Amino acid sequence: MILETISNILLIVGAFFALTGAYGLFKFPDFFTRVHAASVTDSIATILLFLGLILRTDFDLVAVKLVFVLVFVLLTSPTASHALAKSARHGGVATLAESNNKDNTDG
Amino acid sequence: MAELINLLLLGMLAVTALGVVFLKDLFAVVMLFGIYSFLSALIFVNLDAVDVAFTEAAVGAGISTVLMLGTLSLTGRQEKMSGHKTLLPLLVVVTTGAALIYGTLDMPPFGNPENPVHQHVALRYIQDSPQEIGLPNMVTSVLASYRGFDTLGETAVVFAAAIGVLSLLGLPKQDRAAIESGLESHLVLKVVAKIIIPLIILFALYVQFHGDYGPGGGFQAGVIAAAAIILYALVFGLPLATQVVQPGLLKALAALGVLLYAGTGVASFFLGGNFLDYNVLAADPVAGQHLGIILIELGVGITVFAAMLSIFYAFASKAERKNIQ
Amino acid sequence: MVLAATCIAVLSVMALALARALQADTVYDRILGINMFGTKTAVLIALMGFLSERPDFLDIAIVYALINFIGMIAVLRFFEYTATSGR
Repeated sequence: MILETISNILLIVGAFFALTGAYGLFKFPDFFTRVHAASVTDSIATILLFLGLILRTDFDLVAVKLVFVLVFVLLTSPTASHALAKSARHGGVATLAESNNKDNTDG
Repeated sequence: MAELINLLLLGMLAVTALGVVFLKDLFAVVMLFGIYSFLSALIFVNLDAVDVAFTEAAVGAGISTVLMLGTLSLTGRQEKMSGHKTLLPLLVVVTTGAALIYGTLDMPPFGNPENPVHQHVALRYIQDSPQEIGLPNMVTSVLASYRGFDTLGETAVVFAAAIGVLSLLGLPKQDRAAIESGLESHLVLKVVAKIIIPLIILFALYVQFHGDYGPGGGFQAGVIAAAAIILYALVFGLPLATQVVQPGLLKALAALGVLLYAGTGVASFFLGGNFLDYNVLAADPVAGQHLGIILIELGVGITVFAAMLSIFYAFASKAERKNIQ
Repeated sequence: MVLAATCIAVLSVMALALARALQADTVYDRILGINMFGTKTAVLIALMGFLSERPDFLDIAIVYALINFIGMIAVLRFFEYTATSGR
């Protein structure tokens, strides 16, 4: 009963973080802040949601598999975001401050 | 609840398909195809077709995306504008669509157990396969034993596809002059890839041998193992990957898998049964079925792994060669 | 109840990520949206398993996480190819 309550709280908070991340994809002004919003909320939401699900299992093979997926996502998701941001930087995407500066010197 | 999820997924599927039609950047189109596969796999999961979802996620979203990206790097990113008139094709499409929708009116209700499709052979599989084959995952029983011929054909098709691609593009030659690639500066990626690749191969082995008990089997395992090597090639460069898994070895493996499969069939011949009749492979028919299924799944896994990886090698080496010129 | 609500929330996150991928200013924004979509599908598979009370299909969630990562790396790699040769 207590476990289920904790699990519910974790799931709700996790869903909230996931939604804020998706909102951030649209709301933030430049690409790097958007990566930041997406990757940070992605990680925290995944941790919270999977912990919430683990509390609903009988702590058997299903829980082990959930931990495996969680570890896997925690390894890959930030790495992918990092690689993406780095590629974007190499590909010449400017940060907000840089594009502002450029506008000022041009104008 | 399941219906609601299904509707939402189908809606997203339609939106993705429209995006594929309207976008001109082929790079984005390929990525949307990946999403399309993810969505259809989710729908399959929702409909309880777990093995199909497994294959769709691994093959549709994984390998085909990688291969299509390889093709794009050879052909270019922009869709050519077509000079067609759109009116006639639109008319044809609308008429065909209307005819198909009219046809669905006569279809039996969705999900009804009395439907003709569930009365044909499915009933027999469900009733008899626990005694005849005794595998918990009935899909594997049907795929590998009852429908062993079909699966042999599919494996041969995969093999033939690999042969076709290789005769068109050729395998990379093993030269030690490593080509500098863009991702080589990604230190974090390298470290994480080193941790993950063994885990992926381990998971592929689990999928291969767990196929009798849960979703999975040779096709999926071969694709996942190939994906591990593809990840290695993407992060550390193709020359290193071809030193780890050599192209010549892949050719041999692709043939070996099909031979293992067909050889199991021939062996059952000689032991007095029909082609691919596993009952005679061991003293006990059920044990024979288990042995036969493990053998042919292994054959499928080896062929799929070798075929997928050599196709990837062919595309990637072409892309690298084009890139340095 | 909470599970169902979480499912819907994750589905709407996926829809938003898809929208981002469909109408993005740069290719990188598209990739970002697609990456988010992929990780959320893995989560959704796990949630759907618990919702239908048969949570033993988590292998598929593993495949999703894995394929998403490999696809992402492949996109970045080949994008560098086409960016240098395509212009």
